[in-house]
Amino acid sequence: MLRLLWLIPLLPFMGFALNGLLGARVLPRRAVGLIACGTVLLSFLVSLGAVLSLGSLPETAEGLLIDHDARRVTQTLYTWMPLGEGADGRSIGVDWAYVLDPLSAVMLMVVTGVGFLIHVYSVGYMGHEPRPAYARFFSYLNLFMGMMLTLVLGASLPVVFVGWEGVGLCSYLLIGFYYDRMFDEKTGMSCADAGRKAFIVNRIGDMGFLLGMLLLFSLTGTMDIQGVLDQAGTLGPMVCTVAGLLLFVGACGKSAQIPLYVWLPDAMAGPTPVSALIHAATMVTAGVYVLCRMAPMYVLAPGALLVVAVVGAATALLAASMGLAQTDIKKVLAYSTVSQLGYMVLAVGVGAFSAAIFHLLTHAFFKALLFLGAGSVIHALSGEQDITKMGGLRSRLPWTHLTFLVATLAIAGIPPLAGFFSKDEILWKAFVRHPAFWVVGVAGAFMTAFYMTRLYILTFRGMERFGEEARHHLHESPPSMTVPLVALAVLSAVGGWVGIPAVISLGLPNVFEHWLAPVLPAAAAHETSGYAATAAHAAGPLEIGLMALSVGVALAGILLGWLLYEKRPELPERVAAGARGLYLLVYNKYFVDEIYGKVVLAPYYGLCRASAWLDRWVVDGAVNGAGYLTLGSSYTSRGFDEWIVDGLVNLTGNMVRGFSAALRVVQSGLVRSYATVMVLGIFILVSVYLLTMG
Amino acid sequence: MPVPPTHVLIISLLLFSVGMIGVLIRRNVIIILMSIELIMNAANLNLIAFSRQLNNLVGQVFGVFTIAVAAGEVAVGLAVVLALYRNRATVYVDEVQIMKG
Repeated sequence: MLRLLWLIPLLPFMGFALNGLLGARVLPRRAVGLIACGTVLLSFLVSLGAVLSLGSLPETAEGLLIDHDARRVTQTLYTWMPLGEGADGRSIGVDWAYVLDPLSAVMLMVVTGVGFLIHVYSVGYMGHEPRPAYARFFSYLNLFMGMMLTLVLGASLPVVFVGWEGVGLCSYLLIGFYYDRMFDEKTGMSCADAGRKAFIVNRIGDMGFLLGMLLLFSLTGTMDIQGVLDQAGTLGPMVCTVAGLLLFVGACGKSAQIPLYVWLPDAMAGPTPVSALIHAATMVTAGVYVLCRMAPMYVLAPGALLVVAVVGAATALLAASMGLAQTDIKKVLAYSTVSQLGYMVLAVGVGAFSAAIFHLLTHAFFKALLFLGAGSVIHALSGEQDITKMGGLRSRLPWTHLTFLVATLAIAGIPPLAGFFSKDEILWKAFVRHPAFWVVGVAGAFMTAFYMTRLYILTFRGMERFGEEARHHLHESPPSMTVPLVALAVLSAVGGWVGIPAVISLGLPNVFEHWLAPVLPAAAAHETSGYAATAAHAAGPLEIGLMALSVGVALAGILLGWLLYEKRPELPERVAAGARGLYLLVYNKYFVDEIYGKVVLAPYYGLCRASAWLDRWVVDGAVNGAGYLTLGSSYTSRGFDEWIVDGLVNLTGNMVRGFSAALRVVQSGLVRSYATVMVLGIFILVSVYLLTMG
Repeated sequence: MPVPPTHVLIISLLLFSVGMIGVLIRRNVIIILMSIELIMNAANLNLIAFSRQLNNLVGQVFGVFTIAVAAGEVAVGLAVVLALYRNRATVYVDEVQIMKG
């Protein structure tokens, strides 16, 4: 299976080609869904086979480069960009190569596994769409899978970048899927606008990624990730810091960190399975993945890691607080995603790379489940997304309700569900780095538990607040939607068990960390510093104590949510009225979009208008001036030609004509006049002869 | 009593003048042809008159030649006139001026 590595991204690309070219007209609806799901399923199976054989690698294999120590398999398909030879005689170039190691293996399973479930779900969710839109949706979704797998498997930075840009493109296409619809009536933002916003904000990040990539290339002479990392030690901390920060700018865009997170909440304009797949489970985690890929370099750059940690912690806290007052079911989940991504970035920042990937894994499960559950609710309510118009759906949508509840508890961090283990590992590692990070993380966890409880109660419990019309159409979703929900619920429940920390598993090692150990550096450089060393020294009881504390905080958040929304539903409004300023600040998301509009967009539009003015009057003026000049000289030239040159020619002609008219009279055609002239001529000649001779 | 050549030359001159005026002023092509005959015969009279004066028979032979040539000339000329009449239905030279420039 290892040698079929190239097939993993190719299969979804084939599905994309088939559905994209034939789906709208030729293929029947069932075939479109079958191709889309089938290619991803095959991709999943190939990935599974490859990952399983990663455990017992063969000594050698044809066409594969196997590194047994790092448990890394590289498959080079061809030289993509041959760049000739470097100064030392080595050939420089970029290979199109795929790499499978424990890190990409985890991503591979998440992307193909969750991706397949969401594909199946989409068959039901998008069932009401007309056939061209249906085929378009699935071809985009398959294209996304192919691009994401390229990103995950890419062995060199340019290949990763191709995937990186590709998923950005698919994100744009799918956010703007309902390009003819309005997304936000209040701000007049259409779905197409939301897609554009995502694309443009991501471009800012991509610029950083590109610059970081080129910096590393110019200094190491290779684009190969492993090659760069092998030389990272020789680059010095300064270069590592700069390159790390540049790559982190890219990660900020893709993984929606402050200050580039603004696109993700608006990305909810896309269909809900897209939000689940791209904007929760896979694409947005690409930034975290790349950070972890480059982990050996980040370890050498403590300054960059500190920035990463601070940004991550700030995002985790602020995004969670923005989620508190949202009323759109998907927007709550979107801010929750931003916040959870903040946790992953915080984990990277404190050097806990495997914890970041662990949280990425569990988050993919429960956040995809939350989105799909939300999609199921929206589907059942014929498109309603406002949680103030829901309520009481518990008995109407039993499967959705049950799975949603599991996901809510998982994200809140209730043991033994998946979110508890991953979040707690991050919190512990953050505490070891500095307690401030832990405090921020726990505060975020409290808010997470609260807003998720609020979301759950407003949606599924209490009074039914939707209209008679919606009640009439209300139905539990078809099996194609509920089966993926149940599968994800199971994963959300038990998925965390792969990473039970050693401290509570009675001495068994942390399986997940152990699995990733060959790839990720276990300890960042700062862990040798004095404070961290003492903290690590007192690990056992302290870790368990903090764990209990964070569970208590999560329970407190849930309890508060339950009190406010289940027990005393009139209280939230009074709280909002009491702290009106704070409430409005949070409700309007700290006015970040408005500030960006004033600070970034307004000057930019001004610049655009100035450029347009310059273009219209100066550049166009010069061009038009040149045109008029040519026109004027042409008129002069034409005058000269018509009056002088043609005049001379015509004069010649007219002269000939005039003389001819005079001479023509002689040629009268009258024989007698000729005879007369002849006689007169003879008479004259004879007269002259006689007179001169005489 | 022989006729002196001067008289003959005067007759010849008159005959030539009549022929020339006929050629110049008449429109009918047949009369023009006839006038040309007069001119030629005026020339013949001259040849014969000088032949007698100089006692040289070449002049008279030349006259006979001229009469033969005139006969041929009339034959050709009348054929042309006939062709002209057939094509244009006229014998007036003023109405035949297709060579006008």
